[in-house]
Amino acid sequence: MTDATAEFVPGRRSLLTVDDRTRRRNAAEARFRLYGLAAVTVALIALALLLVSIFANGVSAFRQTYVAIPVTLDAAKLDKSGKLDPAVMAKVTTVGYAPLLTKGLQAAMEENGISDQGLKAKAIGALISQDAAAQLRNMVLADPTLVGQTISFEALASGRIDGYFKGRVTMESAKLDSNVSPEQLALADALKEADILHSRFNMGFITAPDASEQRPEAAGLGVAILGSLYMMIVVLVLSLPIGVAASIYLEEFAPKNRFTDLIEVNISNLAAVPSIVYGILGLAIFINFAGLPQSAPIVGGLVLTLMTLPRIIIPARAALKAVPPSIRDAALGVGASKMQSVFHHVLPLAAPGILTGMIIGLAQALGETAPLLLIGMVAFVREYPGAPPEGFFDPASALPVQVYNWTQRADPAFVERAGGAIIVLLIFLVTMNAAAILLRRRFERRW
Amino acid sequence: MILLVVLALAATGFLAGRARALKTAGGDPRDLHSLPGYHGQMVLLFTAVPALLLMAGWVLIQPAVIERNAAAVLTPADIPSGSSAALVMSDVRRIAGGLDALAAREGLSEAGVAALGADSGGLRDRLGAVGVALGGEVGPGVFEAANLYRTETRGGRTAMTVAVALTALGGLFLSLRRIRPDLRARNVSESFVLALLIGSSLIAVLTTVGIIASLLFESLNFFRLYPIKDFLLSLTWNPQFRGGSELGIWPLLWGTLYVSLIALLVATPIGLMIAIYLSEYASKRTRTIVKPAIEILAGIPTIVYGLFALVTVGPMLRDYFAQPLGLGSSSSSVMTAGLVMGIMVIPFVSSLSDDIINAVPQSLRDGSLGLGATPSETIKQVVLPAALPGVVGAILLAASRAIGETMIVVMGAGAAAKLSLNPFEAMTTVTVKIVSQLTGDTEFASPETLVAFALGLTLFTITLALNIFALYIVRKYREQYE
Repeated sequence: MTDATAEFVPGRRSLLTVDDRTRRRNAAEARFRLYGLAAVTVALIALALLLVSIFANGVSAFRQTYVAIPVTLDAAKLDKSGKLDPAVMAKVTTVGYAPLLTKGLQAAMEENGISDQGLKAKAIGALISQDAAAQLRNMVLADPTLVGQTISFEALASGRIDGYFKGRVTMESAKLDSNVSPEQLALADALKEADILHSRFNMGFITAPDASEQRPEAAGLGVAILGSLYMMIVVLVLSLPIGVAASIYLEEFAPKNRFTDLIEVNISNLAAVPSIVYGILGLAIFINFAGLPQSAPIVGGLVLTLMTLPRIIIPARAALKAVPPSIRDAALGVGASKMQSVFHHVLPLAAPGILTGMIIGLAQALGETAPLLLIGMVAFVREYPGAPPEGFFDPASALPVQVYNWTQRADPAFVERAGGAIIVLLIFLVTMNAAAILLRRRFERRW
Repeated sequence: MILLVVLALAATGFLAGRARALKTAGGDPRDLHSLPGYHGQMVLLFTAVPALLLMAGWVLIQPAVIERNAAAVLTPADIPSGSSAALVMSDVRRIAGGLDALAAREGLSEAGVAALGADSGGLRDRLGAVGVALGGEVGPGVFEAANLYRTETRGGRTAMTVAVALTALGGLFLSLRRIRPDLRARNVSESFVLALLIGSSLIAVLTTVGIIASLLFESLNFFRLYPIKDFLLSLTWNPQFRGGSELGIWPLLWGTLYVSLIALLVATPIGLMIAIYLSEYASKRTRTIVKPAIEILAGIPTIVYGLFALVTVGPMLRDYFAQPLGLGSSSSSVMTAGLVMGIMVIPFVSSLSDDIINAVPQSLRDGSLGLGATPSETIKQVVLPAALPGVVGAILLAASRAIGETMIVVMGAGAAAKLSLNPFEAMTTVTVKIVSQLTGDTEFASPETLVAFALGLTLFTITLALNIFALYIVRKYREQYE
């Protein structure tokens, strides 16, 4: 721009004609603006792509293929003593129940005139999940009078069959797969035709515990959701009072000196410490030093509390600061003590802001994975944790850790499960954030 | 259980304190210095708080003390060759649990349990029956340690219940006795509450102390087993669980920096342009829609990005870039992790830069526009130079976020420690190795596990330094125009 004067020759240009240089500058302006727009678009496309790919990948986890078959609960096989005593009947393992399911399926095929495609009984039975036998066994042990009857049972189809209807397994891939053959898939098609095989909403995905590597079709989020819930309870119970107390002290009472400066610098630095460092802290202090059990929600909750505290204190202080000093002055003026003015007047007015920050902090804690990996939450847990307070010390999983766990397994069916788990996680997060926004809209006061 | 007792005591304390205050004043609250409620509150605080603090402290410290006592019983002879004291101690803990289960199942008395130690072969089978499978026979020393562990744990629990109950009762009676009409109960309870408030804000300091202490302490242990010189200078990372591993930090540090660099190369231009567009060009309406939408990116849990890298970005990069270009065939690569992490840190760059660009005084813009500069010339030659320190601060904060990020690199970058320039190759980072060295069976005696703490210390130092530096820059700059 500085050399503009050198090029300027008076008298030869009109302001109304656009010369080359102006055109260039205007083009540069338009380009720059376009870059900005492009950056915004790229970011929004990335967001959309992220969400779409996760949803596309995970939505199918909520539907599952089932086989509806009549099962004859043969008394000779299940209860040789004939006393219907569950303790004795428990000696028949799931291996004893699997043939009953196979027979049931064969009977259903016969009834509908479906050819067996030259498959042996064992291969036909493989269409049904191994977990179905365990479910049938639990059902019978819970109600021994079923023995001897023929019940209609809805069994989970095996993971590969389910994958076939979801497009994950194809005839071509089945040829190379030792777990499933094209004939089995053809049979599955025929069964689908006859409506023996059908797919419906999979409640088990939300309530059932995790399942072993070979049974992706039975894996569910029950334990993980419960574990996450327990941790959130611990985080809420600990971090709400401590966080509010700390912010009240720092905002209302703390004198300006080196000691309070130290605390403030500490809090702002803690907010930026990588989350995995908190995991190391939890491992060293809570598990190694204090001897708390691994994989327990209480340890996870404590670690997440320490991590969430600075992230709660910062918005809580902002909310307290937003209450105008006239409120405090008025309270002090009519004879309230400093403590009374804070607890009776300032705190209630700042409560919506504090709660909003709290909910957002909790949402962050809910999605946090890395520190939980270090305190042993990755362990394979099939038992539901007990009722609180003892349940806080039982091993459990957590939603984000369950996602990680499933992505580490070999069967691609688990990737679909992981996507589904993320959808559940995101639903929780969206609900919490929506609640925070609603709270802010409803109660926020501008002074 | 004891928790409920303490809370019940505290509640009765509140009522009793209030009633007693009224009674001493002859039923007329006007004769009291403080309202009856404050007398009650004082009693409640003195009953509940010391007791609960004692309980929390006891729960945290008891296991450590018992562990030490039990370990003292073990002689070197009890530790088989090829094993370590830590391994034997974990056996001791499991046997102690098994003995409790056994005692409960067979209705054994204390003497009966102690006699079990005589028959070590039978004990192993009987422990197996209650679900405690052991690798070898139970030696007499180990048994003694386990029995001590068991009795002390039980004794400790009883002692704790008694001590906590006594503290609560003591607090209750002492504070009740203090109640007189002229007692300044409000002042007493208010100072108590103030002490609680101070205590809560000290938790932040304690956390920092805890982090630094645990990192330093275990890192020192590590450097006792493995020379610090090799850790800092060696160029190979090759942990062997049989010993003789090489644990040089450079391959990990290189991976970390490479991934972060790519992330910043993605996030800085995009984030900066978003900030410029939103603060200088966009209409108010666009701003209110786009800004929160971009901040959603910061609110999404990192595990979601991890899965995105694993199932979408990784395979896509491999199929369309790496394989056709002949650069590699791995779906997890530095590029995958870097790209996804770049998306993640966009809002960190854009939000902070946006604030900073908005803080540049309007008069600077007006001056430049008045001289005939186009808006883009104004931005490039006036606004950005004025905002530069702040923008650098924002980028540094994003860098510290990228370096400390774990899940994206665990799922997207791979696990092979390499010093390579090819961005389509799988490499690994400091955080990935912390996770992989510390998950699973953790035995705190081998350098292969302890190295994670040294890595954590490195990570903590780097991110802390970056943060302090960035905050310093941002703060200094903000003051300039205020």
